[in-house]
Amino acid sequence: MNKRGIETLVGLFVLLGMAGLVFLALKAANLASFGTQQGYRVQARFDNIGGLKARSPVRSAGVLVGRVVDIRLDPSTFQGLVTLELNSSVSFPKDSSAKILTAGLLGDQYIGIEPGSATANLAAGDTITQTQSAVVLENLIGQFIASKAGESGANGGSTKP
Amino acid sequence: MNIVSQEAVTRLGQRTLAVLRSLGHAAMFTAELLKAVPAALRRFDLVVTQIHAVGNLSLLIILASGTAVGFVLALQMYYALVTYGATESLGLIVNLSLVRELGPVVTALLFAGRAGTSLTAEIGLMKAGEQLAAMEMMAVDPKSRILAPRFLAGMVSMPLLAILFSAVGILGAYVVAVMLIGVDAGNFWSIMQSRVDVWRDVGNGVVKSAVFGVVCTAVALYQGHETQATPEGVAYATTRTVVISSLSVLALDFVLTALMFSTP
Amino acid sequence: MKTDALIEIDQVTFGYDASRTILRDVSLRFMRGQVTAILGGSGCGKTTLLRLIGGSTTANSGQVRFDGEQIRPADREHMFALRRRMGMLFQFGALFTDLSVFDNVAFPLREHTDLSEALIRDIVLMKLNAVGLRGAAGLRISEVSGGMSRRIALARAIALDPELIMYDEPFAGLDLISMGVAAKLIRTLNDVTSSTSLVVSHDVPECMAIADHVVLMANGGRIVAQGTPRELMESTDPEVRQFVRGEPDGPVKFHYPAPSIDEDFSMRITQGRSR
Repeated sequence: MNKRGIETLVGLFVLLGMAGLVFLALKAANLASFGTQQGYRVQARFDNIGGLKARSPVRSAGVLVGRVVDIRLDPSTFQGLVTLELNSSVSFPKDSSAKILTAGLLGDQYIGIEPGSATANLAAGDTITQTQSAVVLENLIGQFIASKAGESGANGGSTKP
Repeated sequence: MNIVSQEAVTRLGQRTLAVLRSLGHAAMFTAELLKAVPAALRRFDLVVTQIHAVGNLSLLIILASGTAVGFVLALQMYYALVTYGATESLGLIVNLSLVRELGPVVTALLFAGRAGTSLTAEIGLMKAGEQLAAMEMMAVDPKSRILAPRFLAGMVSMPLLAILFSAVGILGAYVVAVMLIGVDAGNFWSIMQSRVDVWRDVGNGVVKSAVFGVVCTAVALYQGHETQATPEGVAYATTRTVVISSLSVLALDFVLTALMFSTP
Repeated sequence: MKTDALIEIDQVTFGYDASRTILRDVSLRFMRGQVTAILGGSGCGKTTLLRLIGGSTTANSGQVRFDGEQIRPADREHMFALRRRMGMLFQFGALFTDLSVFDNVAFPLREHTDLSEALIRDIVLMKLNAVGLRGAAGLRISEVSGGMSRRIALARAIALDPELIMYDEPFAGLDLISMGVAAKLIRTLNDVTSSTSLVVSHDVPECMAIADHVVLMANGGRIVAQGTPRELMESTDPEVRQFVRGEPDGPVKFHYPAPSIDEDFSMRITQGRSR
């Protein structure tokens, strides 16, 4: 096989590899839905961020509108300070709320934004003031037990069969 | 009783020293290979020829194996997921298995078997035929001219081969899952796209395969270079290439996986 | 410092490890323009001499000098320059099996010179012509016979017109015709190019026919005799006579050291021992 032929084949091989990489990145992973548009950043404080992590999705009405870029502890208020990067193409009113929700029953956690009714929109650097923290299972169970105990108290104490 | 254990201890000590010595020798050899890489880059036509020998000619087995693994993964994962009614995640699971683990590792094992042994045999026979000594006598450094181009070729080819393995694996799984079993095509792709992260999953997989490429090629070249100039010597060296490469890949895989994927 | 001797071996001692000393305090001089044959049985260190001159190995003590300059294998730049003035013919050719005949001979030219491909083509064909193989330029190495491969290796060794050509067992395994051809080539090349040739061999008739100077070595790198071919053929020294006449027994014993025949073959029933 002559030199020219070999070089062509190797070029083809490398091209094929690159194509495979592009396929994997775009069709088989989340590159397409990310990074091409410029975004703007806002912040939100939560009492408990639950299982939220960096790069967790931010959705509104279930549609992906941004990503979590940073999570840290606010040293003055001891709340979780989450920085969100939202797509430039979407704007939310200043009084929108951010909740930490779970995808499915046992799925990953994400931030859901429900739009408010203010006329002014969130701009870069703003903070979302209405937030709802993640649901912590232990608290939920504790609440349940407490409410059950309260019920039985109100019913006169005959909860035990 | 005393004499027996004394002999055994001496032999154990000698064996350990021998292993340490060969490990050191191999490390120095790899260091010299790396030093010769810039010289090899200047003779890029040599590297291209080697990429053809090591990469292009491995394409057939990689693509075939990738498709086959994709088929099997789709089937097996389907049977596991159908009990939980979670079959729409089939695409996601196949993708992650391939891109994170099976792509880099299986490609490395196949590479060691096909390209690694051919490299070892080629270098071993060159050494046996005094070709390397002749080259040195002609004031041409065999490390720059023969070994380093092959090393570069292995380093470049391995990630490309691993990517192609994963890609055809996913496509193969698609064929089985959607066309044969009847999993929803839309879910197959969309759930995969939303949950597989380019940098964390695909990127780390590429990094893994690059590391495996370095290791497998270095082992193959070292075994060929150190082989005894006899037929049995060359045969023994090719066996050692496959065994050492495979074990190293599997051990490194554990370490790399722990490093890369331990924090969710 | 230019001397008449192109190569000087000065009190060289060499051994791979302490138990095996291959050369012990050897001193030799190889004159310019001459064909010198180094004869001796296997293991006497003659190939090691070539390797020391070529810089593949370093002597444990003593100096090896090429054209007055000491050979220092550790100094890569220096060796690079020196090796371009030497050509070596390895025992079985050591041709590059992945290249064609033409590319093999062109190899040193392509690696060390900036000559155009047209010029290289002319030189390669001339070298191949000198060894009688100009028509074989397009063949692959796998298609070439043993005798031919030696000649191609010779063409490759002289591609850069070296001052010193070393031959490692050039006659080993050749038929009579090929041996004659090889001997003729060695002598003619040496005379035509005014270079110096070192032939390491144990083939007495061929070497005696073409050499100007002969060195006979024995185990341990000991120099048994040196002189013109005629002097060695007429020598009365028993070691020299045994070698040049090929007598099976003499100072070099036929039998490998063994216990006496009595011990090995007798079965003494009284002592209850049999082997």
